[in-house]
Amino acid sequence: MTTIELDTTKLRADRLFQRKRLVGFAIPAVILAYLTYIFFAFDLPGLAGRANMDNAVTLVSDSWSHKVHVTRDNRSGEISYAVEGERKGRYPEGARPAWVTGDEVITIDLGGDHIVRYLPENRTEIEIPNFPLIEVRAEGRSLVTNLPDDLPGWISASNRRIGITTPEGRITLTGARTEVFNYFPGWELFWFTLDSPYHGQSLSKILFGERVDPARPNISGAMSDWWNNAMWRHKDVAWAIGETILMAFLGTMGAAIIALPLGFLAAKRFSPIMLLRAATRRLFDFVRGVDALIWTVVLARAFGPGPLTGALAILITDTGTFGKIFSEALENVDQKQIEGVSSTGAKPLQRYRFGVIPQLVPVLLAQILYFLESNTRSATIIGAITGGGIGLMLTQAIQTQKDWEEVAYYIVLIIAMVMFMDWLSGWLRGKLIGRKD
Amino acid sequence: MADISLSGAPQSVQTIQSSYMAQVQRRRLYSGLTLLIFVILMVSGFNIADDRNAGGFWNGLHQVGDYPADVLSEAWEKRADLPALMARYFPALIETVNIAAVSTLIGAIGGLFLSLLGTRGLAKWPRLIPLFRRISDIMRAVPEIVIALVLIFVLGGGPVPAMIAIAIHTAGALAKMFSEVSENTDLKAVEGLSSTGATWLQRMLLGVLPQVAPNYVSYTLLRFEINIRASAILGFVGAGGLGYELRNAMAWGPGRFDEAAAIFILLFGTIVFFDQVSSRYRNRLTDGQTH
Repeated sequence: MTTIELDTTKLRADRLFQRKRLVGFAIPAVILAYLTYIFFAFDLPGLAGRANMDNAVTLVSDSWSHKVHVTRDNRSGEISYAVEGERKGRYPEGARPAWVTGDEVITIDLGGDHIVRYLPENRTEIEIPNFPLIEVRAEGRSLVTNLPDDLPGWISASNRRIGITTPEGRITLTGARTEVFNYFPGWELFWFTLDSPYHGQSLSKILFGERVDPARPNISGAMSDWWNNAMWRHKDVAWAIGETILMAFLGTMGAAIIALPLGFLAAKRFSPIMLLRAATRRLFDFVRGVDALIWTVVLARAFGPGPLTGALAILITDTGTFGKIFSEALENVDQKQIEGVSSTGAKPLQRYRFGVIPQLVPVLLAQILYFLESNTRSATIIGAITGGGIGLMLTQAIQTQKDWEEVAYYIVLIIAMVMFMDWLSGWLRGKLIGRKD
Repeated sequence: MADISLSGAPQSVQTIQSSYMAQVQRRRLYSGLTLLIFVILMVSGFNIADDRNAGGFWNGLHQVGDYPADVLSEAWEKRADLPALMARYFPALIETVNIAAVSTLIGAIGGLFLSLLGTRGLAKWPRLIPLFRRISDIMRAVPEIVIALVLIFVLGGGPVPAMIAIAIHTAGALAKMFSEVSENTDLKAVEGLSSTGATWLQRMLLGVLPQVAPNYVSYTLLRFEINIRASAILGFVGAGGLGYELRNAMAWGPGRFDEAAAIFILLFGTIVFFDQVSSRYRNRLTDGQTH
């Protein structure tokens, strides 16, 4: 190799290195520039102002705890006890939590030496350690208190409404009523509501003990009370999850059934007419491009909200996707196997059955099963739009903005459902194709 | 010897044939049963879905065309306004595409690390492989809408909740696809690099990434197509972009169908455009690999 050749090679190598280095820096630089643009386009600096951290705190703390309301109606003087303040969580007549005592003077022990007393004539006394005794009296629509003007951050007060937040619980007072919220960890009433005789019974007593409710055998009675739990609505939740899976199943399988014959029409090898082929392909592109969102919107007008609409939206969108995949798989079918079959004198239909289908089935099944899993997630979202399944229950629970423990429950169930479908599709794939991924 | 084989041969052919026929019979029975169960599931599933739907299937079937026909006819009457409307909604379109692009980008970076940390032979901490795999499984299992709705409550509406939600799901989904590729990487390059004293990051960057980059980019592009659809859908439940505008336009009902039509066209056009572009690039990437 002469010196000149060596020099040119070296020069070329240098230039190559330079270009590589440039690209190596350019890609991160472009990404960074794009992220900077997004930073301002999405108004991330303003996000801190819009974000509501109180909401986040309520969400997190409510998702694993529950509160019991002790409410005094200042007009009738009636006192009610209810879990989450809901009618279906109300304590039966004559029953009340153990941390409430007294008849004339109702004493509520929030724990940690925080004590609230409901006195006659709509008076309230609140004892908080390291703070002077708070006395409040409701007069008509306004409140009279001994609170000083200079208040700590955990008390908000006006002459109409007082709110006190302590680590042990929350107290709100208005002219119309006085409410104390006592917080406890756990999902209360998850198994049985307070009106069920099985509430508070131990598992062994329900399974092996004497009849709690003389009219019913323990196990079936407990099952039915749990199933019809008004607070957690286990029956509705189970139906909703069933609906969501049903949407995914009907949509995926229906799409596969429709797409298979259409796939033959779109494949060059099996469909000699160019016009028909092109038309089928454009149809696939069209239904895929319109997307599940628009199909859902359009179909909901015709069929109304419900699982069928969601199933059809998935069906139509996936017909396009499956059609495309199937026709591509059909084009890639190995000719040798078909020739082998036709050399035995097989008719066209037999050629398809024994030459094409066996090659196709593993590809199709793998795709169908993969979509079954991914459509379970889509069905959750579509359910939220069209109104069906667990997606709807989740959106409703979030929109009411108070049942965060239910939101947490639904989220856990949704994740479990998707993971189950993932496992199921993997298991079926292993069984049907005989190959585990 | 010869005697035995002579008398044995016809019998063994017969047994083979009969056992083959029995096998075929059994297989036919099993496939028939599977098919039957499948048909029963489909039919009963359809009936249940039909029952629980507000409107019945057969009643609704002839109304399917009504809404698109209304929208299209109104849009056609006001066709002169359509370009202006499309220009008006163009920023929303940009937002939808941006949500998809950023979340794909962030998700791909996250998925890259998750997959490298969860692949045998490449992981920085081999003991933590199951942990990273479970993390990516869970991230993949969470539907975008769950995170989006919760974040909308905390952060308020807008593109950020959708972006985070899609990015999380994308990271999980891509981590799985990436690790399928990276399991098949040639470890020689990594070993060579580690003999020079390269750090883990250098080994991954110089030894693994060049091998897997075409596949990774191809999967990321596929994900980008999916994410455009996802970001449009999430807009419909309150995160910004085209979906949000679509919901508002639809809430107006007749009289404003031209707006809905403009958004439909924009959305359709965007999805088809990005599908085409990305599939062209993906074909080029995978072609370059096989040759």
